[in-house]
Amino acid sequence: MFLYFLKKLGVILPTFFGVTLVAFVFIRLLPGDPVMLMAGERGMSEERHAALMTEMGFDKPVIVQYGYYLMDLARGDFGTSIITKRPVLEEFGALFPATVELSVCAMILAILFGLPAGMIAATKRGSTFDHTVMTSALTGYSMPIFWWGLLLIIFFSGILGWTPVSGRISLLYYFEPVTGFMLIDSLLSGQDGAFASALSHLILPAIVLGTIPLAVIARQTRSAMLEVLSEDYVRTARAKGLGPQRVIGLHALRNALIPVITVIGLQVGVLFAGAILTETIFSWPGIGKWMVDSIFRRDYSAVQGGLLLIAAIVMLVNLAVDLLYGLINPQIRHTDS
Amino acid sequence: MAETTIEEIIDDRPTGFKAVLSEFWSYFSENRGAVIGLFFFIAIVLIAIFADFIAPHAPNQQYREALLQPPFWQTGGEFRFPLGTDAIGRDMLSRLIYGSRYSLFIGCIVVSVSLIVGVILGLIAGFFRGKTDTFIMRIMDVVLAFPSLLLALVLVAILGPSLINAMIAIAIVQQPHYVRLTRAAVLSEMTKDYVTAARVIGVKTLRLMFITILPNCMAPLIVQAALSFSTAILDAAALGFLGMGAQPPTPEWGTMLAEAREFILRAWWVVTFPGIAILTTVLAINLMGDGLRDALDPKLKRS
Repeated sequence: MFLYFLKKLGVILPTFFGVTLVAFVFIRLLPGDPVMLMAGERGMSEERHAALMTEMGFDKPVIVQYGYYLMDLARGDFGTSIITKRPVLEEFGALFPATVELSVCAMILAILFGLPAGMIAATKRGSTFDHTVMTSALTGYSMPIFWWGLLLIIFFSGILGWTPVSGRISLLYYFEPVTGFMLIDSLLSGQDGAFASALSHLILPAIVLGTIPLAVIARQTRSAMLEVLSEDYVRTARAKGLGPQRVIGLHALRNALIPVITVIGLQVGVLFAGAILTETIFSWPGIGKWMVDSIFRRDYSAVQGGLLLIAAIVMLVNLAVDLLYGLINPQIRHTDS
Repeated sequence: MAETTIEEIIDDRPTGFKAVLSEFWSYFSENRGAVIGLFFFIAIVLIAIFADFIAPHAPNQQYREALLQPPFWQTGGEFRFPLGTDAIGRDMLSRLIYGSRYSLFIGCIVVSVSLIVGVILGLIAGFFRGKTDTFIMRIMDVVLAFPSLLLALVLVAILGPSLINAMIAIAIVQQPHYVRLTRAAVLSEMTKDYVTAARVIGVKTLRLMFITILPNCMAPLIVQAALSFSTAILDAAALGFLGMGAQPPTPEWGTMLAEAREFILRAWWVVTFPGIAILTTVLAINLMGDGLRDALDPKLKRS
């Protein structure tokens, strides 16, 4: 197992350096030099420009600059926002819980509905239920989620007036963040209706963000289940006279879950990509919206830091999934590839 | 006498391209959804080609007397604008019809660019192994470490927002999937006898790569091409929606949605129809892709 871990680490470390290189190169590929970018439209004098270039080390050879960049990163310095002048890591940390809360809720929805739907569809292969689930799953998978969000807003906020259009909680409530997760903080605050308000703000974005993972999980569960159900040991279990519930629930599901867990883990990247769109539509103050806003504000050091942090998180989660996968399935650990 | 015996033992089953095609079709047509998807896709292609003849109005023609007019079945709507008009009086139906051109164009360009470059890189990686392989695959890992839409957004921020740049960004983001698939297929083909035989005969490297091995790696690539065609359309629409893709007044579906956002609670049709266009197009291609996978996947193929 330890060897397996080292092997995975051996792959991930060079990739991480590649990612830092991309983040480093990004700001240098933009039209204009970094100092001019910071100056914005006001511009600046030649001398001030030259002085700033020297001060920030942009007159050094690129490879030296990259070395400085890596050293900054090692000290936990991910740059400073050009607009707010605050450290990027601090801004990221403040907004990150909002994205995590949204993503976790989306994922819970996706697993809660996707797993049983895929399971039942597999056991009732060819039935109307199977066809309905598979058609809806493919539709969900094909969904432009930014449009899906707008539709839900039209229906639930516009026509029915059930849910608010944007934000995380009604302005009526105010309390200090404790965990950063609005659902928990609103409960802790003890204010009447705060939790309901937080929940009503969360539900539509969570549905939107959960749609594609839901579809993927349902499809994957169904196909994994079908594969397992045709295995010999399932036939043996049936022949032994075990009831269908025990066969499906215990023998089949356990083995079918392995590829499903991998797929769930791989959704992290999908969730981040989805969060960009979902948060923009619902004005959800998380990382996705922050990245889009930073791009539009031309706050490129925020974009640079955010890019690196997001990639690092995705890589860490994928590594964790890989390790978990190796733990469940010894076959994987021992194949070299 | 002798001639008839010879004719009798000749195998008259069709061979060559036609036979492959008919075998493929027999598997493909078993999947009803795939056939529906295919016909739908053909319909969209025809609409895109003949947009000039089908569309009742020019896509950017503004009718100042008919702003935000609802579809014909609602009160206030008229047959002149079957699906209503947008905020500056342009006919929705015509814009949607012309929009199909952009989506198909995006899909074609992105798939061909990422397919060609991806296949070449994958072939090189799988064929030469060693340091070249490691180098190429690590670069692909780096690209895959970023969420695709985020990387595309950042690339567009570097290149400047436009449809062409959005397509380049999406092609770069999709690239690694082709490289990985090609490399994996090449690795498994390289162990087979026919490759060894070809080497022994003295087939040149380039011929070995592109003519001997590549055709046998095509099945997963075709399936991937269908899937990434739909992803390309979705991502381009998303970039357009974020203002980083095609720029107004281009009648690209995602861009149309972005322009319509402020009217969502007043005029449902400006928001609903472009989305339906994206959804149905992507769904049709995905249905086709599923059918292709079932028809081409040797694991599922019954002999």
